[in-house]
Amino acid sequence: MDVNKNSYTFTFAAIMVIVVAAILSFAATSLKDRQDNNVRLEKMQNILSSINVEVERDAAEGVYSEYIKQEIVVNNSQVQSGVKAFDIELKKELTKAPLERNAPLYVAEKDGKTYYILPLRGKGLWGPIWGYISLEEDVSTIYGATFDHKSETPGLGAEIKTEVFTSLFPDKQVLDNGDFVGISVMKGNAAGPHQVNGISGGTITSVGVQDMILDCMQSYIPYLKDIKTASVEQVEENKLVSID
Amino acid sequence: MAEVKEAVVKKEREALFSKKNRKLITDPLDDSNPITVQVLGICSALAITVKLYPALVMSISVLFVLGAGNVIISLMRNLIPNRIRIIVQLVVVASLVILVDQVLKAYVYDVSKELSVFVGLIITNCIIMGRFEAFALGNGPWKSFLDGVGNAFGYAWILLAVAFFRELLGSGQLFGMQVIPESWYLSNGGFYSDNGLMLLPPMALITVGIIIWVQRSKNKQLIEDN
Repeated sequence: MDVNKNSYTFTFAAIMVIVVAAILSFAATSLKDRQDNNVRLEKMQNILSSINVEVERDAAEGVYSEYIKQEIVVNNSQVQSGVKAFDIELKKELTKAPLERNAPLYVAEKDGKTYYILPLRGKGLWGPIWGYISLEEDVSTIYGATFDHKSETPGLGAEIKTEVFTSLFPDKQVLDNGDFVGISVMKGNAAGPHQVNGISGGTITSVGVQDMILDCMQSYIPYLKDIKTASVEQVEENKLVSID
Repeated sequence: MAEVKEAVVKKEREALFSKKNRKLITDPLDDSNPITVQVLGICSALAITVKLYPALVMSISVLFVLGAGNVIISLMRNLIPNRIRIIVQLVVVASLVILVDQVLKAYVYDVSKELSVFVGLIITNCIIMGRFEAFALGNGPWKSFLDGVGNAFGYAWILLAVAFFRELLGSGQLFGMQVIPESWYLSNGGFYSDNGLMLLPPMALITVGIIIWVQRSKNKQLIEDN
């Protein structure tokens, strides 16, 4: 058989492509469940780490259900029912105006206190950045923050992931006299409750974090303010209702 | 009758681990090491040797891709049309690498995140295409397998040696375990501090350079006469 004939070459190539495609798609579909589960557990880990609970991936599921009491979807100031908060694709929601989004909100309880966990997503220098920020009961004080990125430069933009950066956020305020101001990421000399220092050499990523907080948190403000104005008795009442 | 025939066949065949075959494995460890002598696959030696664990996973992945790929190419060597042989080789490497990547994502998710693009870059690792083209296309499957495994080991031990020094001196750990006593550190009132430079790519190059230096001073065969 002449292996250098044109017809042979074409047949060989065609068969090769079909065989390879079959093998790869089989592998991809049979491993998909496991891979998706890994992504899901990682999301739980990230959500937990924003309320300063560090957990191994294998244990994430149990610890998650222990701390996260409610998963709700906020649309403007309304709670949207029929949508599962955990499965919302933030990327798609962010294409809408802030108050038209279905924004997932996780309500956690830790040591008897309630925390509100808000997912964030924005743009870094090279690709998407995302994270979770948790607010205390006054819906203004940041309790914890965690960020991650797809492809920021190691040592520069990628530093947003490290504790050096995330530890700047706790105790900062996102509301100023009841108005939403977000957190400004400064080039050094950060002062006051609404500013943190950025990463030198990672300015674009740092500004990305600032824009991400500003953009994503807007969807929650009306709802969070409602929570805040709700009187203590009402909160108590709600608690009683949920116990019933 | 059958027994006699088998014996004759056996006589004609080379023993599985004949001297020649053993050389296929041992040569790439030293005399024709892919990294230090042929200077292939340097890129990954720089990128993923900050810690031992990812280096180990990378080595195992390359071992699998190179071993399996060499066998596949060798089995097909008489069927592959000469004009598209490079493309065929690429398809074989690429599909094996995608398989490895999928398996890593499913079973060792953290490592796959750490290796990120470098798993994909195994495709462009010159060692693999080099062995396919230079060896597997002209030799039988068993020899090709040995050659693939040998070269992968040659690659692996350099990778692990570099990672060992970088992790030990750069972060005071081995496989993520603290080996340098905490009390030695300046922050704890000691006298020692990790060398942050070891974590940066240039020190990988310098470490490889030192390994090449030691290797050449021991192995006189490698010294070119000028």
